[in-house]
Amino acid sequence: MSEIAIPTKSASIAGPRDYFDLLKPRVMSLVIFTAFVGMVAAPGAVHPGLAAISLFAIAVGAGASGALNMWWDADIDAVMSRTARRPIPAGLVPRAEAAAFGGFLSALSVALLALSSNYVAAGLLAFTIFFYVVIYSIWLKRLTPQNIVIGGAAGALPPVVGWAAITGTAPLEAWILFAIIFLWTPPHFWALALFKEGDYARAGVPMMPVVKGAASTRRQIFAYSIVLALSGVAPFFVGMAGGLYLAAALGLGAWFIVAAWRVLKAAADDKKPAIDLFKFSILYLFALFAVIPAERWLGLHG
Amino acid sequence: MADLELKSEDETKLRNRRNLAIALGLVAFVVLIFVVTILRLGGAVADRPL
Repeated sequence: MSEIAIPTKSASIAGPRDYFDLLKPRVMSLVIFTAFVGMVAAPGAVHPGLAAISLFAIAVGAGASGALNMWWDADIDAVMSRTARRPIPAGLVPRAEAAAFGGFLSALSVALLALSSNYVAAGLLAFTIFFYVVIYSIWLKRLTPQNIVIGGAAGALPPVVGWAAITGTAPLEAWILFAIIFLWTPPHFWALALFKEGDYARAGVPMMPVVKGAASTRRQIFAYSIVLALSGVAPFFVGMAGGLYLAAALGLGAWFIVAAWRVLKAAADDKKPAIDLFKFSILYLFALFAVIPAERWLGLHG
Repeated sequence: MADLELKSEDETKLRNRRNLAIALGLVAFVVLIFVVTILRLGGAVADRPL
């Protein structure tokens, strides 16, 4: 009987917390926030309880795609210092369970959103999960240095999903919010890749600094930061936001460009400007998007 | 045959916690669907022919 008792890779050492970690809680918090801004910016009103449940469904959908991403990327996560402690490479959760967990939650979140809001929002959420898992994780991530540029569409969709959850439509204004996150993604991730380049090279992920070198990446970061700063003011010009937003977008955009300029002009071995830009990029998106609901609550707009 | 293995005390404890989390998740989902149903029906539930 003793050979039966050989420890197998069952789920026996995983606690509920490890499954929660599969949902990428920090990414999920950004998704909740941007989807919430999309909901607030959308005209019209739904029952606050239904809106809260819709937001929850979007969050679960984002978490599910995170679990499916960890299922697919377990091999490269294991060799990167940033991701080696994730539940699968840490040996806590078996790969197949992450796939089942993510797939199950994907279906559940889309169904819940369809019930709590409408089919447009549910369809967009399903497309977001599909895009992140299949287009980005499975197809593009290991294929091209444009991986996170195109894949960024998945991260940019939540405000559109949130908007659609309120109105049942996805008009131009919603896609402006999409565009801001979409243009924000390359400088954000390339700044990270500049100081984690060794990780990506070891894992064989063709991130821009690995393929085209740091100098080219810095130029592209700077170019994107200019386009991002310009797109940041667009919500004011389509009437989605007011003067406070315009001031914030100009100030934060100028700061972003300066931070990207410092990255561009830094000495080759100086990683600090890239770290600073990475940190500021997170603040940028949070602050810029926070002004949209803040203006409404202060009675300054809408 | 992993299910037939004798589990250590710690493993059993963790399995119980996983099972509890699944049970709570299931209950939460049921409650959520119920709440969505009630909210979507709203006052219209009284309008049906009796």
